[in-house]
Amino acid sequence: MTIASPVIVDDFVEIRRSPWQRAWLFCRRQPLGTFGMVIVVIMALAGLCAEEIAPYSPTANDFAAMTEPPSWAHWLGTDQFGRDQLSRIIYGARTALIVGFSCAMIASVAGLVLGVGSAYFGGRLDLYLQGVLDVVMAFPLIILALAVVAIFGTGVHNVITAITIPLIPRCARVLRSSALSIREVPYVDAARACGFGHSRIILRHMVPNVVAPFLILLTAFVGQAILAEASLSYLGLGVQEPVPAWGLMLQGGAEEYASTAPWIAVFPGLAIALTVFGFSLFGDALRDALDPKLRDR
Amino acid sequence: MYRYIIKRILLVIPTLLGAAALVFLLMRLIPGDICVVRLGSGGGTFDERAVAACHAQLGLDRPMLLQFVDFVWGFVRGDFGISMWSGKPVLTEIAARFPVSLEIAIMAVVVANVIAIPLGTLSALKQNSPIDFVIRVFSIAGLATPSFWLGILLILAILNISHAAFGAPWMPPIDYVPIWKDPLRNLSMVIFPALTVGYRTSAVTMRMTRSAMLEVLREDYIRTARAKGLVEHLIINRHALKNALLPVVTLIGIEAAFLIGGLVVTEQVFNLNGIGRLFVQSVQNQDYTMTQALVMLVVTAFVLTNTVVDLIYAWLDPRIRYQ
Repeated sequence: MTIASPVIVDDFVEIRRSPWQRAWLFCRRQPLGTFGMVIVVIMALAGLCAEEIAPYSPTANDFAAMTEPPSWAHWLGTDQFGRDQLSRIIYGARTALIVGFSCAMIASVAGLVLGVGSAYFGGRLDLYLQGVLDVVMAFPLIILALAVVAIFGTGVHNVITAITIPLIPRCARVLRSSALSIREVPYVDAARACGFGHSRIILRHMVPNVVAPFLILLTAFVGQAILAEASLSYLGLGVQEPVPAWGLMLQGGAEEYASTAPWIAVFPGLAIALTVFGFSLFGDALRDALDPKLRDR
Repeated sequence: MYRYIIKRILLVIPTLLGAAALVFLLMRLIPGDICVVRLGSGGGTFDERAVAACHAQLGLDRPMLLQFVDFVWGFVRGDFGISMWSGKPVLTEIAARFPVSLEIAIMAVVVANVIAIPLGTLSALKQNSPIDFVIRVFSIAGLATPSFWLGILLILAILNISHAAFGAPWMPPIDYVPIWKDPLRNLSMVIFPALTVGYRTSAVTMRMTRSAMLEVLREDYIRTARAKGLVEHLIINRHALKNALLPVVTLIGIEAAFLIGGLVVTEQVFNLNGIGRLFVQSVQNQDYTMTQALVMLVVTAFVLTNTVVDLIYAWLDPRIRYQ
C-alpha cells in the first residue's frame, strides 16, 4: 500500500497557499492574463482619479487650438472643438467603467438569482422561466439594446438598462447548467434531510459552487458592455454630450477629419480596444485558472 | 431523426410568438402617445380628431389582445404596415435595402472562415509556441476591437494609400450596384465593410477551431494514425480537421448575432443604405412601425438560423438526435 500519492500532497500544498502566493502563482502561470489585469487596473485608476490626472477639463473648448496634432501641450492632440483628447479619454474611462461594471454586476446578480433559483426549484417554474429566457435570448444584444433605447431614450442610466436586459438570460443560462449538477450532489440532499430552508441551501451550498463561472461571466460582461455602450454612443443613441465617452468621441469628427486629423479617430478607439482586450485576457486567464481541465489548453 | 426535426421546428413557434409578444409590449411601453409624436414630428398643429383618426388607422383604438393578434397575423402575411417616417410600406423600404446587407453578410462569413479556420488550426498545431501566442492575441484583439473603429481605420488607410498612390484620395462607392451589373464597383463597395465585420466574426470561430482541434489531436485515433506512419498532413486534413470542424458548425448561430450587430454599426461607418442603417434611423426617427418590423425580422432570421444549425448538427452528429 502506498502512503500518499504526490497529487494529494501537491493539492494539500496548494490549499495552504496565502492569497498573495496564489496571486503570484496566477501571474506566473498566466502572463497574458496578468497583462490584461494591468491594463484593467490602469484604466480603473484613470477613471477613479480622472480629476487629478487629466491635464485639462474634458468639456473645455479652446477654439484657438482646434484639431491640433499631438504635442507637449496636448499629448494626444485636440478635437474639432479644441478639447484635449487625453483628458476626454481619461474621463471617458470613468463612463466606460461605470457602464461596464454596472451592467455586468446587475446582469450577473440577476442571472445568478434566476439561474440558481430555476435549477434548485425545477419543475414548472424552471420550464416557464427557461421559456422566457429563450425568448429574450432570441434577440441579438445590440438589437434588443436599440429597442430598449427606442423606448427609454438615451443617457447613461438608460444605456445601462438597455445593455443589462440582454445580458441577464445569457448569465442565467450558464449558471443554471452549473447549478443543475450541484443540485444532485449528496450534500445538498443531506442539507435537505437536515431540514434546512431553501434560502440556506441556495446561499450556503449552491451559490458558493457557482462562483467560478459567475466571476468568469462577470469579467466577460464588463468587456461586452463597454463595447455595446461604445457602439450605442457612436450611433448617437447612447451617452450624450457633454458626458465624455469613447464611442461619442468617435461619433462626431472621427470620419469627417479622418484625413486631416487622424488622431481624433485613432486614440478613443484604441482606448476601447485596449480596455476590452484587457478584460478579455483577464477573463480567459481566470477561466483557465479556475477550470483545471483548461489549464493545459 | 424525423421526430427530432419536427420537435425542433415546433419549438420555433412558441419562441417566435414569445418574441412577438415582447416586441409588441416593448413598443407599447413607449412613453406618450405614438400618434401625438407622429403628428407632431412635422412641427404642424393637430387636433383631437386627427389623433383619433391616427389611432383608428394604426388600430390603437382596439383592445390590446386584438391588436396583438393583428400584429402577429400581419407579420405572418408579410404586412408590416406603413412607415411612420417615410409614409411608404415598411416591406418596400426593407426590400430596397436588403440586398446590400445580405451581400455584406455573406462576404463577411466567407472572410471570417478564410481567416479563422487555417489560423485556428495552426494555433492548435503549434500550441504554446510564439505562433500560437500571436494568433491568440490576434483573435482576442478581434473580439475587443469595435467594428466601427476598425471601419474608420480602414477608411483612414484607404484615404492615405490612395492619396499616396494616385495623388488624390479615393473612397469606396456608397450607392449599391448589383454584382451582375458592375462586379468591380459592387466589390469595391462591399469588400471593406465585409472585412470589418468578418474580422470580428472570425475571432470567435478561430478560438473554437483551436479548442476543438486541441481536443481531437489528443484522441486515440490520431495516435493510431501517427503510430501506423500516416503522413502528418493527411492526419490533420482527413482525421483531425474533419472532426474538429463539427462543433464549429454550431458557431454559425453565434456568428449570425455578431453579423447583425456588426452590420448595424458598420453600415453607419461606410454610409451604406442597408438594413442595419435603416434600423438605426428608425430608432432615431421614432419610427415605431419600422422598428418593430425590423426587430421581428432580425429575431426571426436569428431563430431560423439557429434551428437550421441545430438540425445540421444533429444530422452530422447522431448523438444529439438520440438524446
